[in-house]
Amino acid sequence: MSKMNMVQAINLAMLQEMAKDDSVVVLGEDVGVDEGVFRVTAGLLKKYGEDRVIDTPLAESGIIGTSIGMALAGLKPVCEMQFSGFSYLIVHQLEGHASRFRARSQGDWTVPLVVRMPYGGGVRAMEHHSESREALYATITGVKVVIPSTPRNARALLVAAIRDPDPVVFMEPKHSYRAFREEVPDEEEVMEIGKAEIVHEGNDVTIISWGAMMRPTIKAVDEYQEKTGKTVELIDLLTISPMDSKTIIESVQKTGRCVIVQEAPKTMGIASEIIARINDKALMYLEAPVKRVTNYDVITPYFGRENYYFPNPERIYQALEATVDF
Amino acid sequence: MPIKEIEDFTISYMQVLDENGKVDKELEPKISATELIDMYRWMIRAREVDQRLINLQRQGRIGTVGPSTGQEAAHVIPALLMKDNDWFVGAFREAGARLVRGESIVQALLFYNGFEEGNKKPENYRTLPISIIVGSQTLHAVGIGYAMKYRGDDAAVLTFMGDGATSEGDFHEAMNFAGVWQAPVVFLCQNNQWAISLPRHKQTKSETIAQKAIAYGIPGIQVDGNDPLAMHVAAEEALKRARNGGGPTLIEAVTYRLMMHTTADDPKKYRTEDEVEGWKKKDPIIRFKKYLASKKIWDAKKEEALQTEIKAEIDVAVKEFEDIKDLPPEICFDHVFSTKPDDIEEQRQEFLDRLRKETGNV
Ligand SMILES: Cc1ncc(C[n+]2csc(CCOP(=O)(O)OP(=O)(O)O)c2C)c(N)n1
Ligand SMILES: [Mg+2]
Repeated sequence: MSKMNMVQAINLAMLQEMAKDDSVVVLGEDVGVDEGVFRVTAGLLKKYGEDRVIDTPLAESGIIGTSIGMALAGLKPVCEMQFSGFSYLIVHQLEGHASRFRARSQGDWTVPLVVRMPYGGGVRAMEHHSESREALYATITGVKVVIPSTPRNARALLVAAIRDPDPVVFMEPKHSYRAFREEVPDEEEVMEIGKAEIVHEGNDVTIISWGAMMRPTIKAVDEYQEKTGKTVELIDLLTISPMDSKTIIESVQKTGRCVIVQEAPKTMGIASEIIARINDKALMYLEAPVKRVTNYDVITPYFGRENYYFPNPERIYQALEATVDF
Repeated sequence: MPIKEIEDFTISYMQVLDENGKVDKELEPKISATELIDMYRWMIRAREVDQRLINLQRQGRIGTVGPSTGQEAAHVIPALLMKDNDWFVGAFREAGARLVRGESIVQALLFYNGFEEGNKKPENYRTLPISIIVGSQTLHAVGIGYAMKYRGDDAAVLTFMGDGATSEGDFHEAMNFAGVWQAPVVFLCQNNQWAISLPRHKQTKSETIAQKAIAYGIPGIQVDGNDPLAMHVAAEEALKRARNGGGPTLIEAVTYRLMMHTTADDPKKYRTEDEVEGWKKKDPIIRFKKYLASKKIWDAKKEEALQTEIKAEIDVAVKEFEDIKDLPPEICFDHVFSTKPDDIEEQRQEFLDRLRKETGNV
């Protein structure tokens, strides 16, 4: 066990998987000599050499397209998009090929690749460095989308993603990269993709979030519980797609109330899908309408204004209050 | 049947003013003293603004900045040769050229401090906002070029990209379309030897970037991008070709990024001080100053006056920028569509009500 931040934890997952399995290769822009612009790939080039840690030319579609080829030929590419805002050219290859090889060949061809990408706000950088577009990837059937929230689950989920036989988009909340440390076991730890986690149990309301929004959510929940004496059931979604309906539905059936916190814009987001599932299976249990706390339906603001737009603990607190007191 | 050679290609390299300020008399363009001084002034202005941006970032007064120090000849000089109605379709490392094309220092400061206001269109200029998605803007340039031809507008389009951008599909599609359409576009590649940590030789196995033009049937030339006179000759010729119906050109300007990739980058991780020192000797401003001095149109007194004037101008701009109060938080709702759909209007109201409550400004 040692305390580490999310950057170190993700790095540990890659270091260990590369040691175990020589089919794992890492590729992307500036992942080798520079060790990634966030240093997530630190030490990999030194340890595993240029054949396994590849500084590619600057071409996102090229990175994913060649990764698909590598995966078809038995390698396990873990590729990095420098920022999610520069990843959209890969939709072409993900939607057109990575997601479909299995179905297309009735299971004979599979594409076990991982695309890691930092996403979300909070780093005072230029345009395209702060958006949350998990919904875009989640619409691609056949591609899994995972978003960790802490160092420990980031490590354990990335290991699972690398071992997963299907393509996984692994979105890293860069605002949480160095925000805090957590004990991460030295020995192998794997979490199952497709499972949400009940961070703590409660009876009065369910609150669901993921990624960087877990921190303001926890803050609001702590304060709300302390002030009101109510108990909140907090769920960390962890896998966006395929979504763990069971955990969500059971919780909402128990509490009868639900708040969802999402960094992305309001419309057509993951929160909308969660509400649709509650509607399918738990509508009759609801004591109040499900509330969303989200960004607004605007082009992600430059950093000068982003704090006005992203959910904050105050908004989340008010949503809890409104839902419980409905 | 014997194999026969059916095509034979060559690529030229042009330098007019070497790093010691020595000029090739045969290639030396005829430029008036006033224009030469203007070229120098704009390069100094670019350099000083760039250095101030870095300082302001270091002091936490603005956000991340991508400096262009060392590359002034490669982008400022071509911009100076544009006609008023020409289009500027930039990337992100041509801050000095943007100043030439109508952007104010205050706008640049707003942009780097995270405010969309920094992207507003400069009055009277066809200058597009900074494009951060590497290579993507080159396609826009070609579409604009097509539209100019279609409308019988004689404007040329100048588009910039880095050496790294030449790996993106967008760049190749743009070059190919431009060739097929004979679009009036000048592709200006600032080959500054690095794309963040990736050196030029790992970006492409091509010996030059200029030669990529050959594949698309358009003229390509490699130029000493730290030589203001060579840049003048090459850009003038390419812009003329574009305006006269001769189609696109690719200019590879060989230059060097003397500073970090952005203020968030640490170049010591991937390149040596020796390399940087070597390129400092090739600084475009140093050699151009020597050239002006040899022509007896520049001296220490003029230099001092210019430096003082530009520093004062920047001081005024920084103060103006820091005094700006009118940056309404709700602006993002106003420009999603030409008219606001009901639910965006509703969200805007809710947003404003919330802010009013939070600030107690009811
Ligand atoms: C499509 C895309 N991918 C990645 C990035 C991140 N990024 C910004 S600049 C840069 C390197 C660009 O190199 P080059 O084209 O040589 O331009 P330079 O920075 O040297 O001016 C990278 C990888 C980006 N902005 N856009
Ligand atoms: Mg470059």
